[in-house]
Amino acid sequence: MQGNRILPEEKVFKDPVHRYIHVRDELIWDLIGTREVQRLRRIRQLGTTFLTFHGAEHTRFNHSLGVYEIMRRIIDVFQGRPNWDENERLLCLAAAVLHDIGHGPFSHSFEKVYDTDHEAWTRRIILEDTEVNAVLRRMGDDFPEKVAEVIEKTYDNKLVVSMISSQIDADRMDYLQRDAFYTGVSYGHFDMERILRVMRPTEEQAVIKYTGMHAVEDYIMSRYQMYWQVYFHPVTRSAEVILSKLLHRVKDLYEKGYEFQTPPRHFIGFINNEITLEEYIKLDESVTMYYFQMWQEEEDAILQDLCRRFLDRRLFEHVEFDQHFVMNQWSELRQLFIDAGFDPDYYLVIDFSSDLPYDFYRPGEEEERMPIHLLTSDDRLRELSRESELVEAISGKKRTDQKVYFPKELLKAAGSDATKQRIQEILMDRGGA
Amino acid sequence: MLQEHAKLMALFQAAGEVVGRKKLQKIVYISKKFNAPFQERYNFHMFGPYSEELTLRVEELNSLGFVEEVREQKSGYYQYRYSLTPEGQTFLNQHQSAIVGNDTLFCRLNDNSSKFLELVSTILYFDDLTEAEVRDKVHTLKKKQNYSDEDFEEAYAFIDELTHLH
Repeated sequence: MQGNRILPEEKVFKDPVHRYIHVRDELIWDLIGTREVQRLRRIRQLGTTFLTFHGAEHTRFNHSLGVYEIMRRIIDVFQGRPNWDENERLLCLAAAVLHDIGHGPFSHSFEKVYDTDHEAWTRRIILEDTEVNAVLRRMGDDFPEKVAEVIEKTYDNKLVVSMISSQIDADRMDYLQRDAFYTGVSYGHFDMERILRVMRPTEEQAVIKYTGMHAVEDYIMSRYQMYWQVYFHPVTRSAEVILSKLLHRVKDLYEKGYEFQTPPRHFIGFINNEITLEEYIKLDESVTMYYFQMWQEEEDAILQDLCRRFLDRRLFEHVEFDQHFVMNQWSELRQLFIDAGFDPDYYLVIDFSSDLPYDFYRPGEEEERMPIHLLTSDDRLRELSRESELVEAISGKKRTDQKVYFPKELLKAAGSDATKQRIQEILMDRGGA
Repeated sequence: MLQEHAKLMALFQAAGEVVGRKKLQKIVYISKKFNAPFQERYNFHMFGPYSEELTLRVEELNSLGFVEEVREQKSGYYQYRYSLTPEGQTFLNQHQSAIVGNDTLFCRLNDNSSKFLELVSTILYFDDLTEAEVRDKVHTLKKKQNYSDEDFEEAYAFIDELTHLH
């Protein structure tokens, strides 16, 4: 195909999840070599999860290659079948490599605090003056736009979109297995080979042959368990809470004209909402961690404390809360925190599951979003939870929780201090002992 | 406290009962496009802009007892109805709403069908394209909805009306 050639010899990457990642196309090999893709080696896939599961040091680079490999295998299954257009092959593979290219360091917290959006950065890295764009343009001037559309889910061919972004896609199948491997948990495993063998292309989406239902059940169960046991882990959320508050403090101090000993040079563009693409690409986790190290010595007590808590893993404690707490205890608790010398804006933090970027399977309401479909032997499509009692049971389970985070020391060393004793009473009442 | 949740409660307070999750998704998305200060992030899905964050936030409101969710069996699928509970009303009375001046917008949106709001939200999603390009895009991405020229005229007229609401 114009703009690409088959490499004279296949390249392979060793990979602990898929064993080998095979690259035959020069386009893909060159994309992986761009500085924007290589930057993903310096951004962890799971953000602060390494503070809970110490093995979770894997990066978005590992994951991007994994998604590419799964996409390559799906295409192998689809080749020659109805509804599959072989001309879309390189588009699918390029989108797989680049689907996370816009993520920055600890991007979930960064995006919340500085109101930025990794998907907008993905688009810019693909379409503007970058090495990625130069490689993609070899396939034609409209090729970068097509890749961006696939990742944004607005590309005309819905089957192609569903292969990278749906309820059962290359992205999810890689991160579930990869995150399970690196965290060391025993959940997250499922028979991907079986799922790929029974995956079929339709005009609208990739579907699963009915005979593969049990393999998909296993995948749904893995997704459910990973959601609660890894992605929503309360300790990881505690680390995210501290990181978010740290970034908020930097923003507040900068806007108030505080004189930093180590000025937040790499953060100013975010705070002022005028960061350039080049500045964004240069920002990675090693840069942010450097600042956190330096800010441990800042004069501002809150910034110094939050940095030390994050780096030394002195995380916040948590308790669940309910309507009674919201209606009757929140205001009092805030005042008690002030009386105890803790700024509640930084040390009393509400955290909801909706604050996190993960989800698990839900069939939802008709036309809310596309569910997983099974393909029957007479070519009818059946929604998964209508056929599987297991999936239906999981879909009806509790899906949200809400916690309040605070410094652990407030639950200890209360002594005769009436303020701390009252704080303890309220928090112990929530189950925090 | 619960700033983002309170904005949704204010929506239910103004609009009354909202029937259908898809409809709620589109009401919040279109409101955002008309500068209502919702923070939920949206992606494009098969049926237009969709926010998982919004789905979870409404579940949280339900779990806290501030919003009631009623599930109804329809032919082959479930439909959900949402409304503010008395406790939700009390919460809103106690806390100054972070969202004011959008009641008419919420009501106008809630007056329309989810299929129509899907078209409106999709047109707004592609607001960087020309009208002809938008029509092409909608016809390609939403072939099954089979939107007619009249539907487009109505949608653009509705967007024009919303633009002049404020």
